[in-house]
Amino acid sequence: MMANQTYQAQSPVNFSTRVDKVGRRPMIASAIKGIVAIIIAFIMLIPVIWMGMTAFKSLSDAVSVPPKVFFTPTVEGFVNLFTQQRQLTDAEVAQYQERTDLNWAEQLVLQRQKTIIGQSQFAGQLLNSLIIAGASTIFSVIFAVLSAYAFSRFEIPGKDDLLFFILSQRMLPAVVVTVPIFLMYRQLGLYDTHIGMIFLYTSFNLSFAVWLLKGFIDEIPKEYEEAALVDGYTRLQAFRKVVLPQAVTGIAATTVFSLIFSWNEYAFALMLTSDRARTAPPSIPLILGTGGIEWSTIAAGSMLFLIPVVIVTFILRKHLLRGVTFGAIRKG
Amino acid sequence: MSNIRLENITKRFREVTALNDVTFTIKDGEFFVLLGPTGAGKTTTLRVIAGLEKQDSGHVYFDAELSDQIPPAERDVAFVFQQYSLYPNMSVYENLAFPLRSPLRQTPEAEIKTRIHHAAEKLRISHLLERKTGKLSGGEMQRVSIGRAIVREPRVFLMDEPLSNLDAKLRESLRVELKHIQKTQNSTTVFVTHDQIEALTMADRIAVLDEGHILQIGTPFDIYDRPATTAVAQLVGTPKINLLPTVRQNGSLVVQNSTVQINTPAGGVPEEVLLGVRPEDVKLTENGRFNGTVALIEPLGVETILHIQAGGQTLLSIVPGATTHRLNEAVRFDVSETHLHFFDAQGVRVQSG
Repeated sequence: MMANQTYQAQSPVNFSTRVDKVGRRPMIASAIKGIVAIIIAFIMLIPVIWMGMTAFKSLSDAVSVPPKVFFTPTVEGFVNLFTQQRQLTDAEVAQYQERTDLNWAEQLVLQRQKTIIGQSQFAGQLLNSLIIAGASTIFSVIFAVLSAYAFSRFEIPGKDDLLFFILSQRMLPAVVVTVPIFLMYRQLGLYDTHIGMIFLYTSFNLSFAVWLLKGFIDEIPKEYEEAALVDGYTRLQAFRKVVLPQAVTGIAATTVFSLIFSWNEYAFALMLTSDRARTAPPSIPLILGTGGIEWSTIAAGSMLFLIPVVIVTFILRKHLLRGVTFGAIRKG
Repeated sequence: MSNIRLENITKRFREVTALNDVTFTIKDGEFFVLLGPTGAGKTTTLRVIAGLEKQDSGHVYFDAELSDQIPPAERDVAFVFQQYSLYPNMSVYENLAFPLRSPLRQTPEAEIKTRIHHAAEKLRISHLLERKTGKLSGGEMQRVSIGRAIVREPRVFLMDEPLSNLDAKLRESLRVELKHIQKTQNSTTVFVTHDQIEALTMADRIAVLDEGHILQIGTPFDIYDRPATTAVAQLVGTPKINLLPTVRQNGSLVVQNSTVQINTPAGGVPEEVLLGVRPEDVKLTENGRFNGTVALIEPLGVETILHIQAGGQTLLSIVPGATTHRLNEAVRFDVSETHLHFFDAQGVRVQSG
């Protein structure tokens, strides 16, 4: 890192000043690059765009053949997602149509001869996901930063073995241990609890997070801490004031990776939760309507599910680009 | 300010012994230079003094107080690292304020400000205070890192080759500045370098280290004029000292494979002796006692180095200004017998000459 800085300092002109190189050709080349990137991004995003469109289609538009690209947007899918409904008889429909106290959502479902009889569990499940993924990410990152720092800086007996042991947890396919964990959790009273899920996801994330962060912390020269030590700080203060600010990139990358894992996790959530702590991933596929699969409802659920991760990634984007390429080029 | 005493310090890194039974005292207000080749244990010595490295055996005393168990923060030393080690997430001002804001000192902000401006003026970095450290040149970085040391009034300054990453011109000017600052503040300074010129020009006293051993401690003049071993003799002085193997013949010392021979010094020397002659003591004269030919000429402007082939040996001679001698020209020269150094087969100085 230091070498880099000195290099920059010694050569303030880090772009080419040769006249023959800044002609028209590089501009065309970069324009072509841009266009290609946009095309690739568009191809990658087609499923997401399709999902977004479907979420705003009516139930019938969503299944029409050929698929509609232009349609009248409706929030029917979202209303279905958050409510429980009851099919009305013809007589009831006529009766409901005369009522004037219906709100906009009730009027919307009335078009399909239904009425809202209460909230669905989806809002609660989304909240569960937020709590469990958020807490487990925070715990993973905190524990991982501390242990990565210890592994990076201190002489620990059996260090290599310990690090391998931590890594080896990653080699185990999660499915293999679902049944034992299920039995353990029932015994311990952790089945279908937030704490149980947070605990599980934290331990799963840790192995990866420790290794990722250790790579980042190894790259921070230890002279900075030594400078802080002689400048009158204890090791813990030096860690907080000197190491942490420099490890921000690594922490951001680890946060996003941990969050994505906890947020997306499906198998354990399906096995270990039912009503109280069920998260969104195992819930979304269960959104099946009464008359056929309600694609716009499922799409609406998926879209809402996507948003938090997108927001976090967007906030941390500055650090991420460096973060994901960082560990890639390392000697040894 | 204070004096420091190292007593029988030994430090091992796995199988490598970095310091082997090192003992010395640094006096209050002294500019003390640790000189030696790479891997001699200079930096380790400095780190042991700072408390960044724990010695395996031996003791460190600050002002006669046993300090082995005192953590670095409380030893009240300032360390200038070779790699500058400026905190990259802070501005120059924040870097300079960092030691003063430490929980140990908690200096009031107003005083921090005056101290920083004072130090910045001294080091001519006032215009850089708001910059991020990544945007500084090497020389500026090193000034800031020296500044971070002098804003405090530590008991001792520890400097680990602070000038070695700078280009020659900058090194020279910072060398002068550092010495000036040290003399005006009268601060105890331990300065590590492998550059003998830095050592000779800056030091009050020099300790020459090699492979974890102290070879010699003394004033620059002592080290230059009475080197304790051939290693010290070769390390100090440019161009290098002439070391010539000799044999005794009829009461005089004859340099092997050459025309050079001198009287055996009073007090006697062992059978086999290495003769050390500084290049300035090899004098070209019209009617010198020895003859040779000029093998190489290195003009340096203010002086010229002549390589003189005398038999199988080549002697370096230094003459002021330019020279009229030509390559392969036959010359006559003398060696000044009052400035000869004798070393035994182990390279240890023979105390007679």
